[in-house]
Amino acid sequence: MSELQKRQIQLEVLRYNPETDSAPRFQSYSVPCLDEWVVLDALNYVKDHLDPTLSYRWSCHMAVCGSCGMMVNGEPKLACKAFIHEYKEGQIKVEPLANFPIERDLVTVVEDFISKLASVKPYLIPKSDQPVSAGEFKQTPAELKKFKQYTLCINCMLCYAACPQYGLVPEFLGPAAIALAHRYNQDSRDGGRDERQEVVASDEGVWECSFVGACSEVCPKHVDPAGALQQVKVASTIDWYKEHLMPWVKK
Amino acid sequence: MSSKPYVREVSKTTWFMSQPRYKRYMAREVTCIFIFAYTFLLIVALARLAEGQEAFEAFVQALGSPLGVLFNVVVLIATIYHSMSWFNVTPQAMPIQRGEEFVPGNIIVGAHYGAWAVVSLIILFWGM
Amino acid sequence: MAKSNKPIFWGLFAAGGTVTAFVTPALVLVTLFAAMRFNMDMFTYESIHAFAGWWLGKLIIFGVILVSLWHAAHRLRVTVHDFGVRADKQVAIIVYSLAGLGTLLTLVYLLRI
Repeated sequence: MSELQKRQIQLEVLRYNPETDSAPRFQSYSVPCLDEWVVLDALNYVKDHLDPTLSYRWSCHMAVCGSCGMMVNGEPKLACKAFIHEYKEGQIKVEPLANFPIERDLVTVVEDFISKLASVKPYLIPKSDQPVSAGEFKQTPAELKKFKQYTLCINCMLCYAACPQYGLVPEFLGPAAIALAHRYNQDSRDGGRDERQEVVASDEGVWECSFVGACSEVCPKHVDPAGALQQVKVASTIDWYKEHLMPWVKK
Repeated sequence: MSSKPYVREVSKTTWFMSQPRYKRYMAREVTCIFIFAYTFLLIVALARLAEGQEAFEAFVQALGSPLGVLFNVVVLIATIYHSMSWFNVTPQAMPIQRGEEFVPGNIIVGAHYGAWAVVSLIILFWGM
Repeated sequence: MAKSNKPIFWGLFAAGGTVTAFVTPALVLVTLFAAMRFNMDMFTYESIHAFAGWWLGKLIIFGVILVSLWHAAHRLRVTVHDFGVRADKQVAIIVYSLAGLGTLLTLVYLLRI
């Protein structure tokens, strides 16, 4: 068996122990990495062989669970999708996801994100009460395609780390939550758009977005939340004009 | 159990310097200053037009000063950057679904550039 | 959280952004050519005055200037916020007043032609 290619990589990891530290600080690790490795493999090497105190979230190691979001050389990435061979210099800075408070080391406080997701009522709200005997909801492939893209979100929060408006205005509902609302609004089985608009169409909702587009650039699942948000703005604007200029039209 | 989460502050004034994509965004946003200024220039042109031929021609003369030419060149760059950045994101904001599939983004963008060329030619050769 | 009134301004911003994207570069070329005395017989006082005297010409001029003003004003409001100024209400009053002034002036001058 041939000798597998190994490269010595310098990892600069931001550490923070809430029990002993007043502020975060960088710690260096020298890690022998295989070419095929991702940053998550390097972190696991550190934890297994160099420093068992290093804390970070991870699970599937295949970019579907959304657990291992972190800043790799200043860019929001899934650690399991950040390939070592992309970092030719051999120096990799690893920090917790931006715009979130640091709980410990690379672990962030996610409560704000979770509550925002819940606030958009991310579940089917039927247009009217149907008894079970009425049968199942039917949906054509075209109707499914209309919202399918927005179902792919893995809640990894990279978009919140990339969004400068979320960084500047923490009240902002944010890309993933609004894209999730859009996913249900676009679903032909759903009738809950008006209910969601209370939260989505508020000043801290979609109107805080200025279409920087960073969210879509960093999304590992190509959900395009920026697109969803602009579509929500267009729909909300048409709503507003209908409500105020044609109040006789029933929605 | 941690009870001391650490909040990393983001500078309200220099945040956009930290990434190239943020700088490009700010460049796009500040084009509005030039478009605002240019629109007021057009309003002044209207005022002079209403005053009569002498006033209007004096206005065109003043436009020919080095400052006037520079202003127009700067606005031209800004407005082209605005147009390109606007057209490029149109497919995201207004997706078109035909049957099951969505119209490819580059067709939508291409159509916009085509229309831009046509409209520009109409404006430029209106006077002929 | 109450529903926002941003749609009014955003609608104008979006319409203006689209119109300026198509129309403004060519307009700037026209003024640039005029400034540089390039091909002067392309746009004479007579032809421009005739266009602005035509009812449809007035409508077009008013429409283009209106959406350009309100597009730029709204974007400027957001940009000032992006540069760190947090007095959004005051900034909004200033930029929208400017746009309003421009709108009024355009009406006045167009009616004089």
